[in-house]
Parts: sequence; structure tokens; C-alpha cells
Amino acid sequence: MEATIEVTGLRKRFGATLALDGMSFTVQPGQVTGFVGPNGAGKTTTMRVILGLDAPDAGRALIDGRPYPKLQRPLSRIGALLDAAALQPGRTGRNHLLWLAHSQGLSGRRVDEVLEQAGLASAARRKAGGYSLGMRQRLGIAAAMLGDPPVLILDEPFNGMDPEGIVWMRGFLRSLAAEGRAVLVSSHLMSELQDTADHLVVAGRGKVIADATVADLIAAASGDRVLLRTSGRTEAMTVLAHAGATVAATGRDTLTISGLPAERVVALLSEAGVPFSEVSAHRASLEEAYMELTRDAVEFRARPAEEAAQ
Amino acid sequence: MSATTISPYRSPQRAENDSFLRLVRAEWTKFRTLRGWVLAVVIAVVLTDVFGLLVVHPHSPCGSGCHLLVPTGPGGEAVNDSFYFVRRPLAGNGSITVRVTALTGKVSASGGGFFGPGQPQNGLSPGVVPWAKAGIIITQSTRQGSAYAAMMVTGGNGVRMQYDYTSDVPGLAGLVSAASPRWLRLVRSGNTITGYDSPDGSHWTEVGVARLAGLSGTVQAGLFAASPLKFTPNFITYSESGGSVSGSLATGVFDHVALAGSGAGGWTGQNIGASGAGYTGPQIGYRQAGGRFTVTGSGDIGPVVSGAANSSYDTVTIGDHLLGVFLGLVILVVIGAMFITVEYRRGLISTTLTASPKRGRMLAAKAVVIGLVTFAAGAAAAALAVIVGIYVSRSGGVYVLPVGWPTEARVILGTAAMLAVTSVLALSIGTILRRSVVTVATVVVGLVLPYILGASGVLPVGAAEWMLRVTPAAAFAIEQSVPQYHQVIGQYGPPDYFPLAPWAGFAVLCAYAVVGLGLAAYLLRRRDA
Repeated sequence: MEATIEVTGLRKRFGATLALDGMSFTVQPGQVTGFVGPNGAGKTTTMRVILGLDAPDAGRALIDGRPYPKLQRPLSRIGALLDAAALQPGRTGRNHLLWLAHSQGLSGRRVDEVLEQAGLASAARRKAGGYSLGMRQRLGIAAAMLGDPPVLILDEPFNGMDPEGIVWMRGFLRSLAAEGRAVLVSSHLMSELQDTADHLVVAGRGKVIADATVADLIAAASGDRVLLRTSGRTEAMTVLAHAGATVAATGRDTLTISGLPAERVVALLSEAGVPFSEVSAHRASLEEAYMELTRDAVEFRARPAEEAAQ
Repeated sequence: MSATTISPYRSPQRAENDSFLRLVRAEWTKFRTLRGWVLAVVIAVVLTDVFGLLVVHPHSPCGSGCHLLVPTGPGGEAVNDSFYFVRRPLAGNGSITVRVTALTGKVSASGGGFFGPGQPQNGLSPGVVPWAKAGIIITQSTRQGSAYAAMMVTGGNGVRMQYDYTSDVPGLAGLVSAASPRWLRLVRSGNTITGYDSPDGSHWTEVGVARLAGLSGTVQAGLFAASPLKFTPNFITYSESGGSVSGSLATGVFDHVALAGSGAGGWTGQNIGASGAGYTGPQIGYRQAGGRFTVTGSGDIGPVVSGAANSSYDTVTIGDHLLGVFLGLVILVVIGAMFITVEYRRGLISTTLTASPKRGRMLAAKAVVIGLVTFAAGAAAAALAVIVGIYVSRSGGVYVLPVGWPTEARVILGTAAMLAVTSVLALSIGTILRRSVVTVATVVVGLVLPYILGASGVLPVGAAEWMLRVTPAAAFAIEQSVPQYHQVIGQYGPPDYFPLAPWAGFAVLCAYAVVGLGLAAYLLRRRDA
């Protein structure tokens, strides 16, 4: 298979904490795959296993069908941004990239290219210790791009970025996918990925709880609910409830109906002579879909000791 | 948005295989781009030289302007060559045979000081020192440092054949007396001299054969007596001022003197080295009564060892200028350890291991870089300390025991190699422990402290010697420039002498480094980054 990440049945225990509990998913080329889940869901651990940094107790992670340590010139196969703060403060940003480049047989010219690409050229010769978190994220992106890899994995790249930076990062991720690269981006905030990801892997408690396109996820979360605006709220509720629908009053003149398609709602209300000004299919936000999916997994947040183990 | 319309990305970069040199280059880039590390290496070099040259620079006892003239033997080493000589010329081949019936001696009162030129003898009491010597000698000339071979009885080490100052071969054991005399013989054939001994004058045993490059033409043959300073080493600690020294003289009684071969003239008595460290008191000299010669002499024929052990020369070795190395070592081991521990502290180790997932190779590349950096810095520091130190010492009137250039090169490059291997060991410990502070404490306690304790003289000799044998500090043995001689009693301790031979001490350190590096590589592969 070309330019993919395959994660199969990863299990990993840190002491008493089960960090990964059968994590499995695939990242395809040409799209941005969002890797979302609450803190402690196992996202970072999964990425570290993919990069050969942590050894799983069971399962495997392959890049282009091979485990990471078997890759020749690994940075030209897969670029990674794990922890943007992992820098030697006394070294300049450019020199940080230079040693990485030398480890892959790349030259200083390539370093200057990726610095330009990441929008960091002007700060390249300053010590990395003085960088803002946003600049460190850009340096991390530059490092990931050094080997011009077909696969990228980025852990929380939006962290610490200003609004301008977030907009830039979204466009950058989209352009990477448009070039045919496989991009895996983790985030604990779904909103960051709202307009960026094509595909979502939602993780919770060390395993995948949803793996679908963004459109499918929203549709699933939306269900077949219908939004109704009417001045005859009581009559409408009576009519629709008699027809077998579940009706909830969501406002002074709005109702949410589930169990009946919109056409049937219109037909029933017209038949009964109940006035209405609007009937529409309800569309859930990605955030709502995510919250619904991770409701159980979020319980992690009440157990900080397990998060600390991450 | 559909993935099916986009073909997978192919990098235009050409694929190459990994090479170890690339990792070495990456680690070198990492090292040189941190100004603090480069600066620390420079400081290590400067401290080594400043401390070695200025702070502990030895001073001449008589101030600058007095220059000791120490004779050197055929091998280039500094020698003592002071003895009483009753001689006749020997042209061409021949032999000399004697019977020795007695060796007696006198020693000045303990702590009574040296026998200096023209000094009055104070409180002489009977006693013969273990390496008091009386016997026969064939020497090129009466010039100090001449090539020679000798057969002798000694005060406590039986019959010996010695030649060219450093060679010593045992013959018959036991003490000489009228009841148990010793017959000695030297046979010259060209520049080869063979020594024999016999208990009875009829059954002879060959003791040794000396081929003396410096022997030709007419040589001097005859009887001699010498007695080195009585030296009682301080066996409590390695401390230079520990031993006590007192003067001594020895008297040998000879008969059945037979000289075969052509040579003009009769016997001449001469106190060789009288202008140097030899004693010139009224008892020195010889008497001849019938066939019986009584010869009394003082001094020694043998190599000079460092310290005031066997001569009144105050000398230093080239290694004495390297006392600052331990300071440089402290800094270099800290750099060696931090070369990896800062990566753990900053989380940078993850980036390093994604760039080179073959972890053993990454560690090896780090070891190569830190090893080469410390080797280069150590070689520069040691070369400067030794070369400039010799010049400074000599111009200050201090006698530097001469050594050949191979020894000088071994001391300089060996010191550099010791620093390099020690920093690799520190890197290994850093990889094993992963924490900067713990690692630095461990390497300083484990590598630097044993040397300071072993070499400074604060520990009993037994404990100090143990430390300099089994800890990585054993590698300081590489700084020894002059050998120990069993036939010269001395205070053999650091910083001039170590319990192990130079390369043996270095090998102890290497063993630690190999084990450390192996354990580090094992743990690095086994643990999560």
C-alpha cells in the first residue's frame, strides 16, 4: 500500500493505566485525517508507537507496510511533530533543523526551503529558547517537512497558535492533503478540525470509538430530527405525538421532532390546519457529534492520575 | 474532498540508504551549534594548562639560574653515576676476575640529611643499605653516563650483573662474608661483556651477557664501591615528603684480582662523580696491601627516579605538568554526560530517535563525536602542557627527567585518549541514568574522585593503590613517563608512578567504557524513549 499508516490492535499499559486498548485505524493518502478524543484517550501514545518511540505490548503500527525502525531515511517517509517544546533553547531554529537535515543526508538549502514554507525564515537565526509557542509549532512543522515526506503526523499542531496562525495551519494542512499526502492531525478540540479534516478517527479510553468521514459523523449525530417553527405549538405537539413522533419543545415557538420525516410532518400539520412558518431537517454541528460520541470517554477527565501517566 | 481523485504523494527527493557517517555528522552539527558546549571545551583546555603550568609548577630549590647537570646514560635516561673506581685501562679483549670477601657500610643518623659535597659526616653508624654495591666494572670511560657492565655483591640482594644503568640480572643469592666469599668475572669480547659468578673460583655460572653499543677501543676496568642514599619510603600514604633519606657509604674487600689483556700502567683510584652528588669525605678511597684491595665509595650507578629517592637531584617528570588534567576531566565528563541527558530533559531524544530509529547506531555516533572532540581538546591541552611545561621548568632551573619522543607522544596522546574514553563512559552513564544532575554527580564521584583520593596522598597507600588499580582513575597511569626500577628504592607513587603500567591502566578504563556503552545500548533499545 502507498503512503499510509496502518494501526492494528495496539495495546499499551503504563503501570496501572491502560493507555491503549486495541487501537486500530488506517490513514489514507490525499486527505486530512483528524485524530480526536479527550485528553488521555491515547492519541499521543498511538503517535509515539507509530514513530517507534514507544513499544506496544501488542499490535503493530506500519508506515507503507513497514514498522518505523525499518524505514530507510525515515524523515523522507514520514514527518512528525510531536512536542513543539522539545528544543535545545540555546540552539537557533535553523541549526535545530540543520542537524536533523544532516541526519538524513540533506543540505542547508533544504533547511532554508522548509523555513520559508513554515513562515519562519525571519526568525531562523534566533535562539529557539526565545520562540513563542506558535513559532515553535512552525519550527516543528518545518522539521516534519524536511524530508518532503508523503505521510505526516502532527500532534496538537494548533496549540498556542494565534488566530492568524490557525488559519495558516488549516490552509497548510489542506494543501498537504491536496498534494496527495496522508496527514494525521490530532486535537482534543473538534472545532479546530471543523473545516480541515476529511476523515475523523475519534478515540476514547485507548480505542477507536468512531472512524468515519466528517459528513457521515454529522449525519449520524443529526439523526432524522426535524426542526419546526409554529405559532400553534400545543396543537402541533398533539397532532405529531398522535402520529407516533417524539416531540420536544426547544423554544417558545420551536419544536424538535424525531421519528417522522419532514415531508410527513408537513402533510400532518397541513391536514390538521396547524399553522407553521418553518420546517427544516436538523443538522448537528461537528462539536455536538463529537460530544455525543465521547460522552463516556470524557469520564477520564475526572481521573487526573491517569492523565498524568500520559 | 474525495481521496480517490488524488494520487498519493511522491517525493522528488531521491532515496538513499542510511549511513553511519550521516549520523556522526548530525551529532557533530548538534554539538558545534551549542556555543556553551564549545566554550566549555575551550575552558577545559585552558584550565588544564593554567593549572598544570602555573599553579602547580614545580620550583627549583635553588631558584632560577641554577641548572642541574644530570648525566644521561646510553639510553638517554637521567642517571646517577657516582662511585669509587680503582681502574686500569684495557685495550681490546680481556677479562677481570676477583674474589669479594666482605661488604660493610656506614649510614648517617636517620634524618641526618644528605652526604653533600664537602659536607662533614655526622653521626655515622655501621650499616649496609640493601643496594650498596661492591664489585668489578668495565666502562668506556670515567665520564659520567658512560656505557658499562658490572658484576657486584650487594648489601641485601645477592650477586647482580648490571649494565648501562637500567639493566639488572640476579646472580648468586645470599650475603657475602669471609666464610662465604663470591667470585666475580667479566669477560670482554668487542662490545660484548659476559658476567660470571662462582662460590669457589672453580665452578663458574654465566649470569648475563651485555651488548653495549657504546663500548669500543680502550676501556677502563677495575674495582668499584658505591652506596646509594638510604631511603625509607613512607608506606603510610603517597606523599612526596613522606620518606626519610640519609647518606651512606660502602666498603668492599677484594683479593685474587686478575686482569687479563693488554693495558698500560698500574692501578689508579678515582672518585667518579665527586663534583656531583657523590661524597668526598676522608673515608672515600682505596687501600692496597699485598693482593688485597679495600675500596670505599658512596653514590650509585643506576637510573634517577623521580622525587628525592635515590639522589639529591630535585627532578620532575614530563607528566608533572599534567596535574591540571583532572580539572579538564571534570568539565569534559560533564559535557560527555550532558550530550545525552539534556536531550532527555528537553524531550529532544524523541526527535533524535525519529531521525535515527536504530538506537545503537545513534549512541555510537554520539560516542564517536564526543570521543573525537575530547580527544582533540585533550591532545591540544596535553601537548601544550608538556611542551611548554618542559620549557618553563627548565628555564626555572628544575631538572626534567629526559624521555624519548615515543614516550612523550604516548603521554600526550594517551592523556587525550584517556579523556576521550572517559567522556564516552560519561555519555554511557548519562544514557543509563537519563538525568543530568544524577549523572554528573555519578561521573564526578566515579571518575574524578578516585584519582584525587588516589593521587593526593590523603588515603593510606593500600587504599590509594586499590583505587588506582580498579577504578577508571587507573587510566592516569598513561601519564607515567619514567619507569620504576626494582633495583632503585624510591617513593613510587602518583603523580609520577602508578600501580599499573601505562597501557594496563588505560585498559581498565576501556573495560569500564565497553561495559558502560554495552549496558547503555541495551537499555536504550529496550526502554521507551
